[in-house]
Amino acid sequence: MKHRLLTALVVTTIASLLFAGPLLANTETETGFEIAARSDRTDIGFGASEVQLKMILRNAAGQEATRSLRISTLEKADETVGDKSLVLFDTPRDIEGTALLSHAKILDPDDQWLYLPALKRVKRISSSNKSGPFVGSEFAFEDFTAIELNKFEYQLVGVEACGELQCDVLERTPRYENSGYTRQVAWVDQTDFQIRKVEFYDRRGDLLKVLELSDYRKYDNGVWRAHKLSMNNVQTKKQTDLIYESYAFDTELSDGDFVKGRLSRLR
Amino acid sequence: MSTRTFWLFLSLVLLHALHPVRAHADNTHWDISANIDLQTRYFTQDARWAGQDDSDGALSVAVSPEFRWRNAAGTQRASILPFLRWDNVDDQRSLADLREAYWAYEGDDFEVLVGANTVFWGVTESVHLVDIINQTDAVADIDGEDKLGQPMINLEVQRDWGLLGLYLMPYFRERTFAGTDGRFRPPIPVDEDNARFESGAKQQHLDIAVRYSHYLGDVDIGASVFSGTSREPRLVPSGNGTLLPYYDQIEQVGLDLQYTRDAWLWKLEAIGRGTASDNFFAAVGGLEYTLYQVFDSNADLGLLVEYQFDDRAATEPLTLADDDVFVAARFALNDMQDTTALVGLAYDLATSATFLNVEAERRLGTSYVLELRARFFSGDGLDDPVFIVANDDYLQLQLSRYF
Repeated sequence: MKHRLLTALVVTTIASLLFAGPLLANTETETGFEIAARSDRTDIGFGASEVQLKMILRNAAGQEATRSLRISTLEKADETVGDKSLVLFDTPRDIEGTALLSHAKILDPDDQWLYLPALKRVKRISSSNKSGPFVGSEFAFEDFTAIELNKFEYQLVGVEACGELQCDVLERTPRYENSGYTRQVAWVDQTDFQIRKVEFYDRRGDLLKVLELSDYRKYDNGVWRAHKLSMNNVQTKKQTDLIYESYAFDTELSDGDFVKGRLSRLR
Repeated sequence: MSTRTFWLFLSLVLLHALHPVRAHADNTHWDISANIDLQTRYFTQDARWAGQDDSDGALSVAVSPEFRWRNAAGTQRASILPFLRWDNVDDQRSLADLREAYWAYEGDDFEVLVGANTVFWGVTESVHLVDIINQTDAVADIDGEDKLGQPMINLEVQRDWGLLGLYLMPYFRERTFAGTDGRFRPPIPVDEDNARFESGAKQQHLDIAVRYSHYLGDVDIGASVFSGTSREPRLVPSGNGTLLPYYDQIEQVGLDLQYTRDAWLWKLEAIGRGTASDNFFAAVGGLEYTLYQVFDSNADLGLLVEYQFDDRAATEPLTLADDDVFVAARFALNDMQDTTALVGLAYDLATSATFLNVEAERRLGTSYVLELRARFFSGDGLDDPVFIVANDDYLQLQLSRYF
């Protein structure tokens, strides 16, 4: 995926040098893509990561429910495929051991398997449910898995202050099928190139959710990670917070850890 | 009885033995949890067969602690999962089992597991034909999804071309049966303590299974071979007013396939089984289609249709799923409490016998789960084995506490 992106960038750069005139007409779209690509590039080479997090669900009445989970991710830097990820639930206790394995694709539907520990059963599940809520949260499946650069088309729509930083404001449109969004608006800062905020617009074009990413920390390998993600549904007033512990990047994860046959051996 | 005493003894010994290990384990990871289920059943009709308890209700309590261990390097793990159930009506429904009691070593692309474990194979929802490693704890639930731990040596090899598993099973677990007092039994009670075996080695017969599983794009495939003691017994008259379980030696091949496309899941399971008296074929296949976020809500509605076929001879163990259509609707509310419900109906095309199944569950707070089951049978004629349980319609409520 990332090689394709680099190739695209190199080709674009050479092309703009050779044919500067005619291509300038297209600058706006390219700039949007380039900003997104630069942001995505800050993440290249993380290899693999493991992290524990708490998911705190809150409804309009203020009632809370907490889930704790672990996410392992394996970067696929050299192909037109996406990352592999494994989500394992520790609480609530009745779903302890439930696991979701995803092999992300760029435009094709992801391959996904769900492990149900009560029956010790591995189920291949449909990944066309992009817009459905992930385990009852305000995060949709696509909010978790659709972060691959080439899943969207981009347009730069402005520059704004975002907290103490200056942000490029990008409009991104899903290129994959079954998205619950007509468009998203993302704020990417001009200093560290990280996404600070995303607005999600539903199929009617109305504002549905606002995601705020904060507590960014830079790791030794140069990679940034947000440690708090707050998703607010402005239509239902429901909210989900993801609170991350420290990431571990020095893992020995390999492809063999992301196969369906391993789902029953995670605990 | 001796089997139960053996498992109980083994679990106590293992539980006891764990404590010193735990005290010295600093870098290793321990995970200890438990759940307690309080279950009550209400039968809507009087019992049909002589000797069955005529009270409407039954109460049972089940306790299942879990002890899981993993070494610091993550290469070794062990698990002890005792399961204890007490029933106030049918003492044969009371049970002490070890659903898991194993040690496993995991290398780069293989794993060796020694001890008792539970394994599931298959893809369909209404019948689990291919799943054969574990004995069914038949008195736990008539859906056959509760299992007894199977002692085994299991070697799994994972390669680019898929997962290959070899199972050596040196000890056979007998099926649980309702006692004279209990519901869900034939007109004549089953004497489960005097089972007969085709093999002279009885429970010590070495059963062997091999399974291959993989996926290619949208298709998940599993193929398996089993040679050994049938998990399904025939019931033969003892001559003194009881039926005895008789466990044949069988050879079985199994195939399971699932094709996943958009919101469609296409599923097939098929087996061929050879016994001393018959060679037969059985299959179940169908589809599941899910409507996501129905009625502008967060809920998903899954629609399932499966056809069940089985051409076994009358001499073989009884099956209800011989020429039946199963239709079901599955709701998942996708709420904070993970509320789900399933309503399913199996209809026998030859005899018109039906089986209606309702299952629903919801989490209460953070550590309780409330579960409802309702099962209704119709078919009084002797042409369908459902007549055996035709008076055993019931409602069941279960409250589980997780620690």
